Amino acid sequence: MTARFVRLAETDRPALTLHVDGAPVTALAGDTLMVALLTSGATLRQSEFGDGPRAGFCLMAACQDCWVWTEEGTKLRACSTLAESGQRIVTTEPDTTWPNQQ
Amino acid sequence: MTAPILASATPAPALSAQSLSAPSLSDVLIIGGGIMGSAAAFFLRQRGLSVTLLESDLVGRQASGTNFGNVRRQGRPLYQLPLANRAMAIWRNTPALLGTDVEYLQRGHMRVCYRDRPDTAASMEAYAADAARFDLDLEMLSGNALRARFPFLGPEVLAASLSAQDGHANPRLAGPAFARAAQRRGAIIHENCRAIHAGKSGDDFTVTAADGREFRAPTLLITAGAWAKQFVEGFGETVPLTSRGPNMCVTEPLPYAIGPSVGVATPETLESVYFRQVARGNLVIGGSLQNQTFPDAYRVYVKPDNTLGQWQQMQRLIPAVARLNIIRTWSGIESYLPDSQPVMGPSGSVSGLFYAFGFSGAGFQVGPGVGETMAELIATGRTDIDLSHYAIGRFADVR
Amino acid sequence: MAEPAIVIIGAGPAGVRAAQALADAGIRPIVIDEGRRSGGQIYRRQPDGFTRSHATLYGTEAERARALHTCFDGLEGRVDYRPETLVWHISDGQVWTLGPDGHQSIPYDALILCTGATDRLMPVRGWHRAGTYSLGGSQIALKAQACAIGSQVVFLGSGPLLYLVAAQYVKAGAHVAAVLDTAPFAARIPALPKLLAQPAALWNGVLLTRTIKRAGVPILHGVTPLDITGGEEGSGAPDGAGVDTGPAARDGRSSSRAGTVDTGAVSGVTVRTADGGERHFACDAIAMGHHLRPETQLADLARCAFAFDPAVRQWLPVRDPDGRASVPGVYLAGDGARILGARSAEASGRLAALAALTDLGFPVASVDLASLRRDVATYVRFASGLAQAFPWPVEQAAALPDDAIVCRCESITAGELRATVTDTGAQEANRAKAFSRVGMGRCQGRYCGLAAAEVIAAAAAIPVERVGRLRSAAPVKPISAGSAGKAGA
Repeated sequence: MTARFVRLAETDRPALTLHVDGAPVTALAGDTLMVALLTSGATLRQSEFGDGPRAGFCLMAACQDCWVWTEEGTKLRACSTLAESGQRIVTTEPDTTWPNQQ
Repeated sequence: MTAPILASATPAPALSAQSLSAPSLSDVLIIGGGIMGSAAAFFLRQRGLSVTLLESDLVGRQASGTNFGNVRRQGRPLYQLPLANRAMAIWRNTPALLGTDVEYLQRGHMRVCYRDRPDTAASMEAYAADAARFDLDLEMLSGNALRARFPFLGPEVLAASLSAQDGHANPRLAGPAFARAAQRRGAIIHENCRAIHAGKSGDDFTVTAADGREFRAPTLLITAGAWAKQFVEGFGETVPLTSRGPNMCVTEPLPYAIGPSVGVATPETLESVYFRQVARGNLVIGGSLQNQTFPDAYRVYVKPDNTLGQWQQMQRLIPAVARLNIIRTWSGIESYLPDSQPVMGPSGSVSGLFYAFGFSGAGFQVGPGVGETMAELIATGRTDIDLSHYAIGRFADVR
Repeated sequence: MAEPAIVIIGAGPAGVRAAQALADAGIRPIVIDEGRRSGGQIYRRQPDGFTRSHATLYGTEAERARALHTCFDGLEGRVDYRPETLVWHISDGQVWTLGPDGHQSIPYDALILCTGATDRLMPVRGWHRAGTYSLGGSQIALKAQACAIGSQVVFLGSGPLLYLVAAQYVKAGAHVAAVLDTAPFAARIPALPKLLAQPAALWNGVLLTRTIKRAGVPILHGVTPLDITGGEEGSGAPDGAGVDTGPAARDGRSSSRAGTVDTGAVSGVTVRTADGGERHFACDAIAMGHHLRPETQLADLARCAFAFDPAVRQWLPVRDPDGRASVPGVYLAGDGARILGARSAEASGRLAALAALTDLGFPVASVDLASLRRDVATYVRFASGLAQAFPWPVEQAAALPDDAIVCRCESITAGELRATVTDTGAQEANRAKAFSRVGMGRCQGRYCGLAAAEVIAAAAAIPVERVGRLRSAAPVKPISAGSAGKAGA
């Protein structure tokens, strides 16, 4: 998928790899999760109410539009969470939401 | 007079905008526009009586509008089940009756108990046996059968009692929907009209509002919730009414997966949490310790440690809640009586005076039934619903 | 006497200067901030490992940014600094925080709220589409992450930030497709005397416009936004005809436009120009906003009184000239109290701290107070000029199509909101929220509340102040139930 964000500078930072929806994604140290996802794809999640994809809005942890999930179901606000090597992120609600984790 | 109809092309006035043309005299005057007063106004109009309702704030905004939204019969005293059954029939008919959707979902109500309180499981079974005589069918579940059907329950849950015919509705919508429906049928409803004095001279009651307006009627119904006490005492009766605020919060929307509303049966207030999932996906959570109220200011402030305590208890009931984001907390002003039962019925000392308040955090489900029963009582002088448990006189010796 | 416990919320310009004033008076304040690093939003610092200079990041404000950062770094050890910590509630003289070490409640003798601002938004049909960002967010993408929000960016809205961020994008090498200002150019003329209260800022504005124009970017004044269109232009079009050509594309919320596939993401924006024509600008990102609004939720939870300010058409916490709120011991400073900009925030932050010190019985030089009050008064005059030159486009709320989403969180349309006004008589903000869910979602109405109030006011034909304001509720931002820990733990 085409990237949404365009890097304009600061591209000499060390690279790191995380997984988004199962596929490896390369990001740079210091990227937020939002930047890691949107320099490799175009959206962060789907609206719950059927009006299409969302890709964040305010970037300052105020609008709450950019929450994504870890594969285990933990929610992360993409604009205020740093991308880290080894993260496994999904952009749709994982199936782990309801069953009781024994 | 003709009230605005839903989906009319012209803007409807706010409910209070009818004040200028309002007659000061009606068959029945109601103080308090929660779900009790609003439903009573609706059913009184259905019986052809003229009704004026005075609401000090906006209709359905306190206890009626901020409660959990349980439409449950399960767990009520057996003697209350005929009233609850009457209400249930109305809830099922709300779309046709009110002309609007109050988000009533008949997806069941489940009480669960924890492993460290096996005696509660026994009392739930006993209750189920008794309740069957009142058309309340309860299914007892435990072990693998329980977990297979409700895999989200925590390991501490021992057993459950499921009432498939109960459900839940949107409290923000229900009370105001009854008020609007009553208005469409000709009830006069004054919002932002605070009654400051009620008295009786001759055959008529006279109620004075803070802005000086006067209202008269031969029958007066007090459905003023936490604000009822001043009127009761004004008529020389006694009621030990107090108020508390529910401890409520809601998660962000999630995939719809949970049918029944689920609550913990326990003698400990701290442990008594409950939740339901609305059709749009949010989990509404309530219970545990309650909040201090400020009825004079119409405000309640949610106490942060109550919130945190509730979230801890919720994780025992449904561990997956730990991962869910809470987006809002709220409370409201509910009226309580020492025996957790309302005052409902005629005054013990003044003819033409009726009460329905003090529902002690359990009024939402019965609300429509209370309205219909009070309308019946006022219009015909009798009802088949047994009101003996709710008599104001039971507090006559309390000082 | 025991040292008073003073809590400052926010480590932007106001919070930093308040902390400095307290530290200078020998008090060790607790400074709580959501950010990873101090500086706030406008002087937001880039993460470790980034190398751009202050001049590149902050332009004309580079020295101020540097001074502020240096100031706070120099306070190390003299303040109890708690970054990455959210204050989610204020109750009974304590702030309730959630930080890296979990929940904590902190009692205070004085509380200085320096909570800053977020963008003020007027919805446009299609503004829920992926690729639409707030102006402030677009600036953060560049400042804190060295990214543009898209490969072809339209700036839409009004206010000084519109030109500032567009110019920053141009300078950084981003492709800016257009700057579309809803304010008519003529509105600036009567505002000039007030804008001259800050001649340097006014001149900066002129330079920003010059930067944008020299890059060949069209600037349109007095536009009316009509539609943010969606689709991947050109993709999947058998005949290759995929470029929107104006009005015909406008009812295309979905696949009705030939040659395009509506992915739901931004493909362009259509506006009515000042001369009455329609123009469509193709783009894959839109930065939009109309100036800023204060973050007042915590002041509300602290039970501060609010009053309607007709100049900005917003309910703001009541405060005296030094920042005292209506609640004793609570002080308000910076853009979190009223939008006066970063320079004013530095002055009002210091002023609020001195007010707190005065009230706690510490000696404070009156000459210092008088000078700070004069400073703030200058910014008040300048801000009223900005409000006049870049007006909040109230008429857009009334004209918003019924199918346009007002509340992005809950996906509630203008039509649904209007129905609560016309069908149920809800004219009060919280009432309309209760019936329609507008403002009830994750952001608690931060981004739709002001516009929703205008939609309600227009539908009910009442002044917007009668609609009131949304009550704030804890938690002011979403937090997980699991953050409370387990029972008995």
